Amino acid sequence: MSQRSFAPRRAARSFAAIATAGVLALGLAACGGTTKDSGSSSGGSAGTGSAASANPNAPIKEGLKLAFLPKQINNPYSTIVNNSGIAAAKEYKGEAKEVGPSDASASSQVSYINTLIQQRQDAILIAANDANAVCGPLKQAMSRNIKIVAYDSDTNPDCRDIFINQASSEEVGRSQVKLLAEQIGHKGEIAVLSATANATNQNTWIKYMQEELKKPEYKDMKLVKIAYGDDDDQKSFQQTQGLLQAYPNLKGIISPTTVGVAAAARYISGTKYKGKVVLTGLGTPNQMRKFIKDGTVAKFALWNPKDLGYLASYAAAALASGQITGAQGEKLKAGRLGERTIGANGEIVLGPPFTFDKSNIDEFDF
Amino acid sequence: MKTSALGQIVRWDVVVTILLIAVFFGGAGLSPDFANTDNLSFALSDLGEIALIALPMTLLVVCGEVDLSVASVLGLCSALTGSLWDAGWTFETIVPAVVLVGVLCGLLNGLLVTRLGLPSLAVTIGTLSLYRGLAYVVLGTEAISEFPQQYADLAVQTVPGTPIPYPVALFVLLAVITALVLHSTGLGRSLFAIGSQEEAAFFAGVRVKRIKLVLFVVSGVVAAFAGVIYTLRYGSARADNGAGLELAVIAAVLLGGVDFDGGKGTLGGVIAGVLLIGLLRNLLMLNDVATEIQSIVTGLLLIVSVVTPRLIVSIRAARSRRRSAAVAAS
Repeated sequence: MSQRSFAPRRAARSFAAIATAGVLALGLAACGGTTKDSGSSSGGSAGTGSAASANPNAPIKEGLKLAFLPKQINNPYSTIVNNSGIAAAKEYKGEAKEVGPSDASASSQVSYINTLIQQRQDAILIAANDANAVCGPLKQAMSRNIKIVAYDSDTNPDCRDIFINQASSEEVGRSQVKLLAEQIGHKGEIAVLSATANATNQNTWIKYMQEELKKPEYKDMKLVKIAYGDDDDQKSFQQTQGLLQAYPNLKGIISPTTVGVAAAARYISGTKYKGKVVLTGLGTPNQMRKFIKDGTVAKFALWNPKDLGYLASYAAAALASGQITGAQGEKLKAGRLGERTIGANGEIVLGPPFTFDKSNIDEFDF
Repeated sequence: MKTSALGQIVRWDVVVTILLIAVFFGGAGLSPDFANTDNLSFALSDLGEIALIALPMTLLVVCGEVDLSVASVLGLCSALTGSLWDAGWTFETIVPAVVLVGVLCGLLNGLLVTRLGLPSLAVTIGTLSLYRGLAYVVLGTEAISEFPQQYADLAVQTVPGTPIPYPVALFVLLAVITALVLHSTGLGRSLFAIGSQEEAAFFAGVRVKRIKLVLFVVSGVVAAFAGVIYTLRYGSARADNGAGLELAVIAAVLLGGVDFDGGKGTLGGVIAGVLLIGLLRNLLMLNDVATEIQSIVTGLLLIVSVVTPRLIVSIRAARSRRRSAAVAAS
């Protein structure tokens, strides 16, 4: 290497100049002035306007190719959902598989969607990590007549044919009250242990709990306190302790959050309140198994992930066979689950939450 | 004589290129869906941001530095793009503003490395965390979408009449410039000089600090611009966008035969490395290979890419020792 070849100062400067010029060139583009309000945004409202009409009596086609695309693979919950959907596909002689990213980031599902388009699947079932990031490729899939079913976590409604909602907020709220009431004989003071004070889903559920409590059969039940454990194990544990000390006549606690219900159960299981105060809520079998077995908790709820996968699988098959198009009011025949009606925005609700107790908890591992 | 000729031929970047060609034709034979324009065009656009960021990363690694904060700069700029757009800024002002943030991010990295003499690995691990944190400060866990159609199109559509997505076209342009800078200018030779013997380069008159500072800034700018492209391509601005992307970039650079200790490497090798990782992944996905296996294959490939060149060197050294021993004996 010769000495002459080192002209670094000039070179570095010209390099910096190139970089600056690049920035300036970009800056120069700042003339038109496109803002959020100037319309023509990419989210679009185009819709798919399913022009095709449904033929409810069409048979389910044999050999349909379906792919489940969960938020993340190797997650015990989604494995149950998807395996059940794959098993359902065998019932109607279809072929289903599960593919997906190992991280649940917003964009990681996109390459999988594109691959599935290339593989010419008949339907893609997706639990979206980001409602919009997956939209472009999903629309592309729909334009190639691939049916899209969102489950568990919805996409932008323009980008799928049907969304399988695991449970409606109203049913979750009301059923939690019913679950508790039947265990305390519709009588006594009750409290709610929620997550954070501004969690949308929690507040919607609590609102429906309060609605349900207005019914005459609950006239002897009184909601005395809504406590917030911030979905933090330690804080939920302390809040439970506080509730039980502040309200000595407390008969029951509803904790509609998996963190809260597990922490409350842990507190109650080690104190004199065990067997005296009824605890229920939304929990996962693996977190609650111990407390069901030792009698701290008799019943808790969540949707049944097996049914979720099963229903989604049938919805995909019905779409791909032309039995339904995703329009409101159409009926979906879902094998052993019977019939479901498609609601507004192409939504199908799985049904009331599923109750876990001693008799069935060992069938679930998530 | 013969061995050194062999050494000339078996350069790692050439091996990677051969592997790339093998994967391409193997893939075409294995799956009819692989070598069609649609799939390749998509696979390319999926690589866009990684490929873009790999260009300045190559220059940095060649001169013995590394920038691990690139994906966080991308995320910060994506979050900023979203929040400024949501606040009613015009897209045409957002882009230069965000690129300016890229300059500042790069400047901070560069100043910490060159003025305080800190190792870039440590500095950029710090700013990796810092910039990602700022991204969350800017946008929280929100996602902003609905960007202007004409720009979203630029990020996803192909140059008319070709299967080449616009971001890839931009990459080709920048790759040509980078290749020229690295392989046929004095600056390029300075980079190799810094990477192999920083002190010697300094005493030979190379403005080591200045060059490194500029490279960090360029790295920040490219990452910022990649952030805008990423945001538009996915139509979603989020603080966690591109998390972990820096590893994909560095993997491609190393796979392309750039020596992590600096001083060795070619841009052609890096481009082959980026394409090899991307196409291989696409091919494995098309054939429904499980995600775990995909990551095992990529990992093994990387290890092989680091081990093989060293193996070649030591074999060559052993042979020449034997030969000189033979010469001495006769």
